[in-house]
Amino acid sequence: MSAAVATGIAAAQPARLVDVDGVTKCFGTEDDRQICLESCSFGIPRGKLTVLMGPSGCGKTTLINLIAGYELPDRGSVRLEGAPVAGPGSDRLVVFQETTLFPWMTVYGNVAFGCKVKRLSQAAIREKAERILAKVGLYAFRDKYPSQLSGGMQRRTELARALINDPKLMILDEPFRGLDAMTRELMQEFYLKLFEETCLTTLFVTHELEEAIFMADRLVLLTYKPGQVKEILDVDLPRPRHFSMFASKRFFELHDHAMSLLVEESKKAFAAGCTSAFDQIAGARPPAGG
Amino acid sequence: MAQSSSLGRRLARAATDAAFWRGLLGLTLFFLAWYVLTAVLKLPRFEKIPDPLAVLVDWLNPHATRSLFTAPYYVDILYSVARTYVAFLAAVVFGVGLGLFMGWSTLLFNFTFPLVEVFRPIPPLSWIPLAIIVLPGIELPVVYVTFIAAFFATVINTILGVHSIDRKYFLAARCLGARPLDVLRDVVVPGALPFIFTGLQIAMGLAWMSLVAGEIIAGQRGLGYYIYQAASLYQYDQVVMYMFTLGFLGFVSSVLIRRVGQRMMAWEEARRKSKG
Repeated sequence: MSAAVATGIAAAQPARLVDVDGVTKCFGTEDDRQICLESCSFGIPRGKLTVLMGPSGCGKTTLINLIAGYELPDRGSVRLEGAPVAGPGSDRLVVFQETTLFPWMTVYGNVAFGCKVKRLSQAAIREKAERILAKVGLYAFRDKYPSQLSGGMQRRTELARALINDPKLMILDEPFRGLDAMTRELMQEFYLKLFEETCLTTLFVTHELEEAIFMADRLVLLTYKPGQVKEILDVDLPRPRHFSMFASKRFFELHDHAMSLLVEESKKAFAAGCTSAFDQIAGARPPAGG
Repeated sequence: MAQSSSLGRRLARAATDAAFWRGLLGLTLFFLAWYVLTAVLKLPRFEKIPDPLAVLVDWLNPHATRSLFTAPYYVDILYSVARTYVAFLAAVVFGVGLGLFMGWSTLLFNFTFPLVEVFRPIPPLSWIPLAIIVLPGIELPVVYVTFIAAFFATVINTILGVHSIDRKYFLAARCLGARPLDVLRDVVVPGALPFIFTGLQIAMGLAWMSLVAGEIIAGQRGLGYYIYQAASLYQYDQVVMYMFTLGFLGFVSSVLIRRVGQRMMAWEEARRKSKG
């Protein structure tokens, strides 16, 4: 069922930047094998914002590591513009959950890093870095260290550090987690505006359904253990998006539908947690298993 | 000009700082107790220790064998400082270099770590017999013994420093297109610096300790050597005077390392300040 939905969408949108095709990834030893992803397939269409959602432990982070090239699949393939992904590269930039700004470099140093390792000339680096710093509103803070910035500013620096490399794909792994509600909304608005201007292909991972629907063109929902695509929702809310859409009828419909699917998977995840807890504590048979 | 005004400001700040006065009080109490025990009460055993006033008078006496106003005093200092700093700099170059590569490359780490762990606990002074027969002259054996103490402290702390770097910085650097040498220069070295400088502080202390021991056993000239000589002539005022000279030189060395560290790690200062 889920595979059928995935291929249906794929046929409708041939312009895919990334193909995740029948990917299986396991962890652990021969005896204690954990299947993390099994025959997982979906595409990331060019110029669209794809959001990945699922209960914790469904393999979202593993998927990101595979697309970013930090890990390789056991079976199946991850292809970028048709070519298999063999390792990390600055054409697919990851903004991680927690800040990974180098604390020993200034804002400018962090943002310029990608250009520096490409051996661009000092003048070219300066020009690019200052333009992008102005764009994210951090030009005045270019000589500060990350520790001297607020959480929101750190996130913007991180976005700038990625954007300066003109990536083909931005991978945002719960990028606004840990920010206060106000900053979070501002960052959502900020990234949406950026996306709507540039149509930079984006893979966005989040736990927040509202955030997911607000940002997404497509919503990919994963199942719990093994991670597979449960359903892909087209979020057909018009762009540019605005916070007033939270009150629209279509938003509620999408929200309800996605929520029911997520709750189903989360229950599975929760029951699995209970099972292992029961096994450990009492050796008793779990009530759900009977 | 700016130097003197900043010094003035620092003195002014120190004068209103409770920590400064407490420190001063601690020192005063110590010297007072020392004076009372050795010069006033003359308790058994304590009467053999020169009292602080006698040491001070000797230190300022132009006609003493060694004092602030005799050239040999400064020659001794020069010898010891030169030996310690040459050994220390060698330890920085080789220790930090080896430590960085050991921390960075698992292969090299696996090859060399057992070796380091076998050699590290060997007390520096036990190297002296071998150092004397292998290395030519008097200076090299003493410098070698000083070096070996500082070297292992530097290696171990540098390795710890590299291992302390969060994996996420390596992932981020690779993602941004960094090549191995970029990672070494922009992630490994700066990431390990805080531990490296902790290691250098320890290394400097160890260097002074083994220097003095080395000079006593194998040296000619230098502070340690003269302490031994003065003791054999029962000139304990001079011994204590040289002990304090060593303390002062060690203290200055520590301050220097800390200063250089603060220069090289401006971000650490920024973080400390932003945390309040």
